[in-house]
Amino acid sequence: MNILQVLFKTSIGKKVLMAVTGLIMVGFIVGHLIGNLQLFAPPEKINAYAHFLEGLGPALWAIRAFLLLTLALHVWMAIQLTLENKAARPKDYTSQQTLRASYASRTMRLSGFIVLAFLIYHLLHFTVRIEGFGTYPHTTLLDGTPVRDVHSMMVFGFQNVWISLFYIISVGLLSWHLSHGLVSMFQTIGLQSRAWSNFLSKLAVLFSILYFLGNAAIPGAVLAGVVKIENPEVAGYVCPAKCAVCEAKKAKT
Amino acid sequence: MNVTIRVWRQKNDQSEGRFEDHEAKDLNPNMSFLEMLDVVNEDLTNAGKDPIAFAHDCREGICGTCSCMINGKPHGPESGVATCQTYMRSFQDGDVIVVEPFRAKAFPIIKDLVCDRSAFDSIMHSGGFISIRTGSAPDANAIPIGKEVADMAMDAAACIGCGACVAACKNSSAMLFVSAKAGQLNLLPQGKPEKDARVLNMVATMDEAGFGNCTNQYECSAACPKEISEEFISKLNRDYLAASVKSVFKAVPSTMG
Repeated sequence: MNILQVLFKTSIGKKVLMAVTGLIMVGFIVGHLIGNLQLFAPPEKINAYAHFLEGLGPALWAIRAFLLLTLALHVWMAIQLTLENKAARPKDYTSQQTLRASYASRTMRLSGFIVLAFLIYHLLHFTVRIEGFGTYPHTTLLDGTPVRDVHSMMVFGFQNVWISLFYIISVGLLSWHLSHGLVSMFQTIGLQSRAWSNFLSKLAVLFSILYFLGNAAIPGAVLAGVVKIENPEVAGYVCPAKCAVCEAKKAKT
Repeated sequence: MNVTIRVWRQKNDQSEGRFEDHEAKDLNPNMSFLEMLDVVNEDLTNAGKDPIAFAHDCREGICGTCSCMINGKPHGPESGVATCQTYMRSFQDGDVIVVEPFRAKAFPIIKDLVCDRSAFDSIMHSGGFISIRTGSAPDANAIPIGKEVADMAMDAAACIGCGACVAACKNSSAMLFVSAKAGQLNLLPQGKPEKDARVLNMVATMDEAGFGNCTNQYECSAACPKEISEEFISKLNRDYLAASVKSVFKAVPSTMG
């Protein structure tokens, strides 16, 4: 049996695909969070970072294609495994107790589905940038390079309470999904044992909480007014009393 | 004590089943659950009715034949015991006890509470053994085996093949059974030579039989009358992956076929 047959045709193989694609996406979301936390730095920081990413050109598209393929595989395997699992018990019990399965583990499909719906919206909002979903201004870096003003785009988006709320709920559900998924992937690839399974599940919960807090901090800070729009050309800009940067920018225009 | 059992009655795999209530009166709390069913069946037989079919054999927790889903948990409310070791003292006087068969596509119902677990036998036929020359018993300590390994293998070997893991699993997965049976042999020197073929074949047979896929919730381990650890499932996953990768690069003798 060749490896592709093992991965796509056997129960353990499909689960390994779930685990590996899950792990890749965990790697991505950690990087994504660290990138996003630059919102707490002056706008130039995150704008330059976004400019750098866009400047990757074909490499960026290769990464995007790879991540989309990863996501597609994860969802496809989830659907296949779920259908097989449903078929494995055609008639359900009248009463069945839950003995030790965690609540997160029993709601993986629901949390996964809502996160997927959010992801589609999120991509349309910030990656495809559909008109009407948000505002997509431009600005210049300190060295004068014209760039997309990602900072204002994010802050403008999160100043909408509903968008922030949807975002916080979704990252909450994603963290919830991970609290089972992270441990599960170790079990599936055979790297779980009595010796460290307790530690591992605690680590997964800690990771999920930290991941949630990191993400929630972004819309939280915007709603609390800690992070403001700093581009004078964007709606919602409030000029501080004495601001050297904005005086300079105003003088330029 | 008196209890009411709400028991699943089904003529055969083709017919529709339904619940039936029966009174079990004047029970000794120290009767086993199966003895309680015996009492009910005696009354049914005396009344000229069809007794409840349930699977049982040794009645001492080692054969793995008894198989009821009692109040939504395989083998009843206690942990680490089979249905035959579940005693009526675990219930309250006047309780209504729901009794269902193990439900899984791979375990078709034969009658009432009896299901056909021969899918487990097929899995065993495909790898749950070692190929060895039979004859006189070998010298007891001819092959040294470390204490830890021997203990682990014994833990896995405690599996009585009752199917509670499948019954408890939300997905009717047989991973705990297969991992215990494969793990027991894979750990020991006698089982090592056929390790790769064993895991590949047993998992293939398990998949064919129509069991579900493990979602790492470990309901199996919680329901197991022998409290077998989900750690063996992790080991099976590991062994299966290693065997799959190795099978790609394995040299085959030219005389094959």
